[in-house]
Amino acid sequence: MSKPSVTGTGEARHRDAERFEWRQYVVYGGFVLVFLVFSAALFQSGFLTANNLLNIVRQTSTITVVAVAMTFVIASGEIDLSVGALAGLASVTTAMAIAQFGVLAGIAAGLLTGLVVGLANGILVTRAGIPSFLVTLGMMGITTGVAMWITGTAPVPIERESFNNVFGSGNLGPIPSLFLWTLLSLAVGHVALRKIPYGRKILATGGNPIAASFTGVDTARTKLLALAICGVVAALGGMLYAGRLHSGRFQWGQGDELSVIAAVILGGTSLSGGVGSVVGAVVGSLLIGLINNGLLLMGLEYSQQLIVRGAIIILAVALARRNASA
Amino acid sequence: MGALGSTVSLRGIGKSFNGVRVLEGIDLDLFPGEVHALVGGNGAGKTTLMKILEGVYAPDEGGVFFDGERVALGSASQARARGMAMIFQEFSLVPTLTVAQNIFLTREARGRFGLLDDRACERRAEALFRELGVDIDPRRPVGSLSAGEKQLTEVAKALSQNARALIMDEPTASLTKSETEALFTIVAQLKERGIAIVYISHRMEEIFAVSDRVTVLRDGRVVASGEAGSLSMEEMIELIVGRRMEHSFQWQPRSVERSGVPLLEISGAVAGERVKGVSLKVHRGEVIGLVGLMGSGRSELLQAIFGVRPLTAGAIRIGGVPVKIRRPSDAIRAGIALIPEDRRVQGLVMGHSLRDNFLLPLLDRFTRYGFIDDRLGRRKAQEAVRTMDIRTDSLAKIVRLLSGGNQQKVVIAKWLAAGPDILLMDEPTAGVDIGAKTEIIAVIRKLSRDEGKAILLVSSELPELLAVSDRVALLRGGRIEREVDRSAIESEAMLHRLIQGN
Repeated sequence: MSKPSVTGTGEARHRDAERFEWRQYVVYGGFVLVFLVFSAALFQSGFLTANNLLNIVRQTSTITVVAVAMTFVIASGEIDLSVGALAGLASVTTAMAIAQFGVLAGIAAGLLTGLVVGLANGILVTRAGIPSFLVTLGMMGITTGVAMWITGTAPVPIERESFNNVFGSGNLGPIPSLFLWTLLSLAVGHVALRKIPYGRKILATGGNPIAASFTGVDTARTKLLALAICGVVAALGGMLYAGRLHSGRFQWGQGDELSVIAAVILGGTSLSGGVGSVVGAVVGSLLIGLINNGLLLMGLEYSQQLIVRGAIIILAVALARRNASA
Repeated sequence: MGALGSTVSLRGIGKSFNGVRVLEGIDLDLFPGEVHALVGGNGAGKTTLMKILEGVYAPDEGGVFFDGERVALGSASQARARGMAMIFQEFSLVPTLTVAQNIFLTREARGRFGLLDDRACERRAEALFRELGVDIDPRRPVGSLSAGEKQLTEVAKALSQNARALIMDEPTASLTKSETEALFTIVAQLKERGIAIVYISHRMEEIFAVSDRVTVLRDGRVVASGEAGSLSMEEMIELIVGRRMEHSFQWQPRSVERSGVPLLEISGAVAGERVKGVSLKVHRGEVIGLVGLMGSGRSELLQAIFGVRPLTAGAIRIGGVPVKIRRPSDAIRAGIALIPEDRRVQGLVMGHSLRDNFLLPLLDRFTRYGFIDDRLGRRKAQEAVRTMDIRTDSLAKIVRLLSGGNQQKVVIAKWLAAGPDILLMDEPTAGVDIGAKTEIIAVIRKLSRDEGKAILLVSSELPELLAVSDRVALLRGGRIEREVDRSAIESEAMLHRLIQGN
């Protein structure tokens, strides 16, 4: 046997050096790229005008606000498919309560609708142990059904200027109120995910629920809270529709769940949980809005817009996806 | 060219990742019918070397020879075609498919019209098991098998591919003693068939029991290679560690003050199916080694105390005061910490950074006006890295990228920072290299001796358990059957007999 002739070269170092996680930043690059391309190509069509840009923010605000809450749900390892339908229902309950009892009651009714549905989602997922995909898929049908039933599928007009100003068409000085809602949700969401214990618990729960619970995190409560908040914020999204369109209707928000989820995933949040970014989700949402707007200005037909938008989202998500092989 | 008569030979293998040299000038010969043990600490390069054999990585320099013929292995399927097979540490079986379906996955027997013929697969699987002399029903879903049966299914899978060289990476890590013995019988059979086996294990006794030849790796080089009988265990440990062991596994007698109120007192604890009335007292500064056979309820007891599976009957007193522990957060508040058995599943969020993992149990404490105090967190994490000697290049390092020993130190560090009085440690040195083991043992000693913590320790590594325990409690059938003072246990063999029940 050859006795040791070679001595070690210090501690064994790790081979997997940290790599730059460029995938997380795809959305920012994509945003800049799309923006530059549209600026050049659509300059004549008025893409770069302040009015158009503000319009983009206004049109995406509901998606953006809901995407912030959805970031928490997805980062915790769950999903909420009911947000679009719930927005519709909340717009309806808000409008009906305003007509009956006034603006404050309307706001309360809308938020309460979101809380009830969100809590129901959360309880069914965490206490009954039904996968969130199924719970919220079912809830999507229920909420749309309820909204259609109580209104007889008719729109419910909102004639109170104060509500419409705050939640939709108004401005604060030169700034549209919808822009402020976007900013507010970005700030609150970012701080909540990064700077308070709850955000870390969300990420730990999504990253490894067993280790999180062995470390004293109440994972069921963490998820329940995320789904409940997501319900309330989806309702807020519905109220933003109601304010912008001066009415409540079951169709407001329909299909938005897909744009919201796409925005969140584009923003670098992992669909399997554990990684999340609120800033990314907001930029992802704006990117989707940018694409919609640009395609419209290009004069594409709606059918063509759908195709191009779908292809761009798939491409971007494919690039942004983490751990594709690892 | 390789050594004469070898099935596989590696010559002068070198490999670097990102400019860091991880293997250098490795020679390794696998002969038919021989078990070749590969030993070395975590990060010594064993895994990388095996990945080269499997064709997952291509070596930067040197050659791979099959039957003396140089081959360029570009892919795992090429290596398989040459007769390389691997038994994975974490089983590579699909739990919902049957044993036979797993064995012949992608190589299923075809019947008429090219449709899959499950019956034929089952017959062939049965024949394979008969040859091995084991009794596993090929129609059972793999999910219902015990760890040992899964292992044997893996072996059958390898044989069905006409493997000529087999890599077994920590094959006994999750096996019971009797299953381990059964596996060794199979290994002997495989040898008779002329299969060359690479055997990787951290357990020295096993290496001496099964291997014919040993190669020791350290820092990516072969530091020794030869017949297994030519080395003593002490010598081998020395080669692996590269420095002399400082009597770290020797017990240092001492006395524990047991007259006062015990820090932790459990009476009549019942939880789940395996804890059926445990009563136990642990005093300040005392380490109790909890021993028992597989399934005796050791881990379950620790988890019950920690509130993972709360007690359904019985009581827990801390410093004489009864406490209700319904969930882990209650236990943490009561000053208890649990270092769980499986750090990858229960201990760490593998995809998160060292710092985030470290801070998780401390989040609610490290806040100012409800916001996380990042500066305090960073400072505490830095302190922990220093005192626990965690080897990492940054606090932002994803823990998956740390070695097993350093991961375990992160788990221990995060709990020590929570400042518990009572530590429940479940296999704290499992799967870590001998250097980290020594360090963890030193930490346990320091905690009990200098800091007066009460420690309940579960470990299947008896030398370690004996090195630190003041008392040993034997669990059998969900109850404490005996408690023995450490000084009354003269040898590891005696403890073995105690556990076996005679």
